[in-house]
Amino acid sequence: MIKTHWAVACALACFSTAGLAQAPVSAGTVKNAAGEVLIERAGQKLPAAVGAPVFAADRLRTGADGSVGITLKDNTLLSAGPNSLLSLVKFAFDSTTNAGAMSVGIRKGTLSVATGKIARQTPESIDFHTPTTVLGVRGTEFVIEVGRGSDE
Amino acid sequence: MNKLNRLALPLLFTLLAGCASERVVLLPSADGRATAVVVRDEVGKRMLDKPYAGSVRRFGLGSDYQSSPAEVQEIFGQALAARPPRPKSFIVYFQEGSTDALTPASLAEFETVKKEIASRPAAELTVIGHTDRVGSLDLNDQLSLSRAATVRDLLIAAGLAGDKIETAGRGEREPLVPTADEVAEPQNRRVEISVR
Repeated sequence: MIKTHWAVACALACFSTAGLAQAPVSAGTVKNAAGEVLIERAGQKLPAAVGAPVFAADRLRTGADGSVGITLKDNTLLSAGPNSLLSLVKFAFDSTTNAGAMSVGIRKGTLSVATGKIARQTPESIDFHTPTTVLGVRGTEFVIEVGRGSDE
Repeated sequence: MNKLNRLALPLLFTLLAGCASERVVLLPSADGRATAVVVRDEVGKRMLDKPYAGSVRRFGLGSDYQSSPAEVQEIFGQALAARPPRPKSFIVYFQEGSTDALTPASLAEFETVKKEIASRPAAELTVIGHTDRVGSLDLNDQLSLSRAATVRDLLIAAGLAGDKIETAGRGEREPLVPTADEVAEPQNRRVEISVR
């Protein structure tokens, strides 16, 4: 009986280790953070400290005194001013071929963008969107403001 | 009426731009390359392709306008101030056939790389090894990986955490200087260190 328990425990341990090994690769890293900045991931709110990883499907929220800067794996630079809500809807990048895809939404606030390697390799696989507008990227640097937006 | 239009329309647009609910402004590209953004909404699509070309949207009405560095600074100053430092690439060279000996000039360059890393918040690196075309493809794949691993070890010895360094080897596929096969070319025996 005890043996069986051990076998089950081992199997579970192995399973969870395998689960960890398959954890998703981060899409980027927080490089600057000031004031209140939160990463929303799977219903949790995490403080976005410098060095924190950012994953596809994360949302980033800045408070009235907040700002945040993120470098994605393809060298895209995203940064947001106060009272902003961004979502990294989609991010995929292969550092060997430079192929990838990216979709970023801004619901409110201010966002500055300097695109990276994906934009150079496959610009058609990138979009930035606001509640009413979709931006196609043919080049490198731009800013977006959404004055009033919903929180969802 | 015409005169009124000429006065009133720009005024109207200025007012609308002043309280826009959405705005996009194209910035000059850092490297001087041609750049553009295509703005699509339910009405249609417009192309912004000049520095500081802007598009504003208010009450469902989209219109183009010319923004300025001052306006961008006023609205986006805090977002731009939070922008991470631009990624930067360095190249170090290896002695012929060697996987562990950098050229003397590259040893000096490596010091510059270390300073660059230290100056950045939460620095991360991609290290990509390359070879010249002497030897077989397979051999050069291994050689390029070994060179990348050497640089990785040097970086770790310099105090960087291993999990911040991604390595890859591209063998002889991406020569800096194109050559015929089996030609020794010092410029191609290199490792690119990309710091972000």
